[in-house]
Amino acid sequence: MSESIKITPPISDDVIMKLKIGDRVLISGKILTGRDSAHKRLYDLIQAGKSLPVDIEGQIIYYVGPAPAKPGYVIGSAGPTTSYRMDPYAPLLMEHGLKGMIGKGVRSQIVRDAMKQFKAVYFAATGGAGALIAKNIKSARIVAYEDLGPEAIRELEVEDFPVIVANDAFGGDLYQEGAKKYRR
Amino acid sequence: MSNISSDKIVDTVARLCVEANYFLGKDMLQAFKNCIEKEESETGRDILNQLLRNAEIAEKEQVPLCQDCGFAVVFLELGTEVCIDGSIVDAINEGVRKGYTEGYLRKSILADPVKGKNTGDNTPAIIHTTFVPGDKIKITVAPKGGGSENMSEVKMMKPADGIEGVKDFVIDRVLRSSSNPCPPTVVGVGIGGTFEYVAFLAKKALLRNIGDRNQDPFYADVERELLQRINDLGIGPMGLGGRTTSLDVFIETHPRHIASFPVAVNINCHVARHKSAVI
Ligand code: SF4
Repeated sequence: MSESIKITPPISDDVIMKLKIGDRVLISGKILTGRDSAHKRLYDLIQAGKSLPVDIEGQIIYYVGPAPAKPGYVIGSAGPTTSYRMDPYAPLLMEHGLKGMIGKGVRSQIVRDAMKQFKAVYFAATGGAGALIAKNIKSARIVAYEDLGPEAIRELEVEDFPVIVANDAFGGDLYQEGAKKYRR
Repeated sequence: MSNISSDKIVDTVARLCVEANYFLGKDMLQAFKNCIEKEESETGRDILNQLLRNAEIAEKEQVPLCQDCGFAVVFLELGTEVCIDGSIVDAINEGVRKGYTEGYLRKSILADPVKGKNTGDNTPAIIHTTFVPGDKIKITVAPKGGGSENMSEVKMMKPADGIEGVKDFVIDRVLRSSSNPCPPTVVGVGIGGTFEYVAFLAKKALLRNIGDRNQDPFYADVERELLQRINDLGIGPMGLGGRTTSLDVFIETHPRHIASFPVAVNINCHVARHKSAVI
């Protein structure tokens, strides 16, 4: 396996086209968070032709609902949540410029097709490694939907957040390929 | 007769909620290490190493292993000679409230399953009580994450399906779960009893430590075979391919009705939390 690839949002199509399933990637810079309720709100706004409270052009959304921060910490444990719950909303967000998603678990065929069509990538972070991932988060601030508590949209500043390309913009799927390779 | 104060129950439950979320069992850490040696996938080894580091950080900094701090599932072994000064259910819920608030654990419980609204303190607990002889209470807190719980299933099989039917159901359930329950997982299997009891058996199975085999050599063999077959699926750590899909399989059984053959699979993630205390 090769060295880790370092990326910083906003992500261009050139960067997307260099990423292949199985690549180790370290993300630094600013990323957004969002899960079920926030996704529904963004989706509804786009459907209604209204503008979004955050700019998603070239951005990465991390599917996470962190634990509360202890005093002196910027955030509590913050591992990925299961991504398939965001599947109904993801294609429309990609159509409107979203370039990356971070979560855990397989995506639907519709989402994978949308990644190909709109040139986007899905990264797998290690589910359950919440304490470890929190170490890569340098700051966190709520940028929309504060009323949603852990589900509010936050802007995180991350440094070398370790992820693996699980679905690339070429239709590759590490969940299928990986399991095939190690099946007996 | 022994008198146990509700304050003592509150404090014990609170402590167990926090400890279960901060400190992973030694058996799990050892299982990660053993699997790193055997794992053929480099991505898989990477992930297993991350899990070890995650557990180290959580323990050292006293923060939750995972942001999903789970539904507080409490197993009580209640001695019949115990006298408590108040409601044990209230005391347990107070303990959960205290543990989840003071321990900075995430609160994930909605007051109404359809209408929603977070209860704000992770109550109520799910409480399973068994009565045992004696004047003590054994309390086990096993916080259960949503990702793995969602991959669980109860099936009313036909008696004719037999043990081979059970095995196929378990394998199929794990295969369909794929990456969702955060593999490497621990798989609890209940066989027998009734519709509701078999699910309890599968959950109770998850309280065992890695490597603890069923006392009955027949079921111990089935556990070993299932573990092998699951790891041969190739799902691997986080579902990205590899030889480590589950760390163990535990079977619990109960007598059944002649016409019924209930089987349940309850999947636990690698954050397999359970902590006990006897008071
Ligand atoms: S399945 Fe377990 S490890 Fe994964 S996010 Fe849920 S609680 Fe955490």
